[in-house]
Amino acid sequence: MITFNQVTKKYSSEKTAVKNVDFTVDEGKIVVLLGPSGCGKTTLLRMVNRLESITEGSIVIDDEDSMDLDAIELRRKIGYVIQSNGLFPNMTIEENVMIVPDLLGWNKKKKTERFTYLMKLIGLDPKIYKKRYPHELSGGQQQRIGVVRALAADPPVMLMDEPFGALDPIIREKIQDEFLQIQREVKKTILFVSHDIDEAIKMADKIMLLRDGEIMQYDTPSEMLTHPKNDFVNQFFGKDRAIKSLSLHTVKDLQEVIGLAEMDESIYDTKTINVNQDLRNTLSMLLNQEADQVIVTNDEGKRIGSITIDLVQKYLHFEIKGKLSVSQEG
Amino acid sequence: MEQWARFLEINAPRILELTLDHAVLVSLAIVVALLIGVPLGIYLTTNEYLAGTVLQVASVTLTIPSLALFGIMIPIFSLINKGIGFLPAFVALVLYSQLPIIRNTYTAIKNVNPEMRDAAIGMGMKTHQRLWRVEIPNAMPVIMAGIRTAVVLNIGIAVIAAYIGAGGLGVLITQGISRGDNYLIISGSLAVALLAIIADGLLLLIQKRFTTKAVVE
Ligand SMILES: Nc1ncnc2c1ncn2[C@@H]1O[C@H](COP(=O)(O)OP(=O)(O)O)[C@@H](O)[C@H]1O
Ligand SMILES: [Mg+2]
Repeated sequence: MITFNQVTKKYSSEKTAVKNVDFTVDEGKIVVLLGPSGCGKTTLLRMVNRLESITEGSIVIDDEDSMDLDAIELRRKIGYVIQSNGLFPNMTIEENVMIVPDLLGWNKKKKTERFTYLMKLIGLDPKIYKKRYPHELSGGQQQRIGVVRALAADPPVMLMDEPFGALDPIIREKIQDEFLQIQREVKKTILFVSHDIDEAIKMADKIMLLRDGEIMQYDTPSEMLTHPKNDFVNQFFGKDRAIKSLSLHTVKDLQEVIGLAEMDESIYDTKTINVNQDLRNTLSMLLNQEADQVIVTNDEGKRIGSITIDLVQKYLHFEIKGKLSVSQEG
Repeated sequence: MEQWARFLEINAPRILELTLDHAVLVSLAIVVALLIGVPLGIYLTTNEYLAGTVLQVASVTLTIPSLALFGIMIPIFSLINKGIGFLPAFVALVLYSQLPIIRNTYTAIKNVNPEMRDAAIGMGMKTHQRLWRVEIPNAMPVIMAGIRTAVVLNIGIAVIAAYIGAGGLGVLITQGISRGDNYLIISGSLAVALLAIIADGLLLLIQKRFTTKAVVE
């Protein structure tokens, strides 16, 4: 768990990069720091492992104030991934991955075992890649190595600064899926910086939207999308393709994936929509509260169930979080 | 041609001996220059204030004409009765090597990709761990380039050392000039050039042998 207590960062008397930020990242959850460039995401992240000093307030990691710990020791307990992967070209893949275990003085056997485990996690053959150098790997492979390097000493907390930002879209999505799968296994407490709305919705348990160093909203992705707290949040997500992409899906798609809700015959004020109606329109109808209940009818006009905002949210969440989690849960 | 053959037949052992003297003088000076310059260059990366001053002084040293620097050495070393010969030449060469060695070491380490440095610190490396494991290895090609510059520079400058009695290939050239003997001048000059080319090639080989491909790029 990471707790920010009224954290402020001033680079100079005029330049306040982070203002009075107060929030908690729960154990085992991914919180995505989202916002336009320069809003203070990186600064916020780098205060956690003390690459930047804290001007006011405190950051508490698993009940320990970060300032009470030795900075070196603290950093070795926190996985750190950056956009350009930061792999060292003079070291082999194995040396790169095993840096922190090496700094911590692990023995050779333990290191080899850990390396093998980590490489299997990302689907790279440890025997083949062990002696290779970073420049011999593709961009996607390098970024995967960057991620497992941060996981190497099994730190409880991970900081990831736009870790997939430099990858092309197809590979990025693949690595996002892969990382979510790894996270299901390792359950780290993660602060993840992104400026990409789709990525944030996909990766986050909760999103923190920032503007000029201040929190605009801190909520689950679906809550953020459906209940923006202010105009900034609204506009920020307004441009978002995620909601727009709802128009590519129909109520029928939703029914097939998560099923419809039961009809409540006691509610009088109802409206009906066709099962082939797209979800974007359905959502706006639901949000406009045109009726207390929205009944879905099939092509023959038969009433087959009702639909709610929650269901659309859930569908949105599942669709974007990937088919994988749906098939596992259903 | 025939005359060249006869010249070499007579003078080859002497040319070889002088070449060896020359190489020894330059090698010793470079070794000592490295022992001073590389650690100093590395240290300066952690002390911005001193870095400016030291690099300035080293720059000025290099602008002193070589004959003048050797000249300055004579009165200084006369104080310990070593005004001419090996010692003043050796010290002058060490001074000349400082700039390329310190400057290249300093800039090479400063120019290591800041993201790499950031990653190293973020993972919990201490300053010396970061220097030895990340910064120095990745700065190696540029540091080596500085060393090669210093070696080639010194092989040339050491020719002047003959004027203060330090021996070496300069002897052939100065004698050649005073006697009007072109054979001496040409053979001396060729030997200097050859020595420089061979030394540079050898150092390049060493550099390639000890740095990974990725770092060289
Ligand atoms: N070392 C620094 N010195 C002064 N200002 C800085 C420094 N680092 C970042 N800033 C400023 O602080 C603000 C937040 O920067 P940053 O945290 O990098 O934003 P983000 O990661 O959201 O793009 C920006 O206005 C940036 O210019
Ligand atoms: Mg940033």
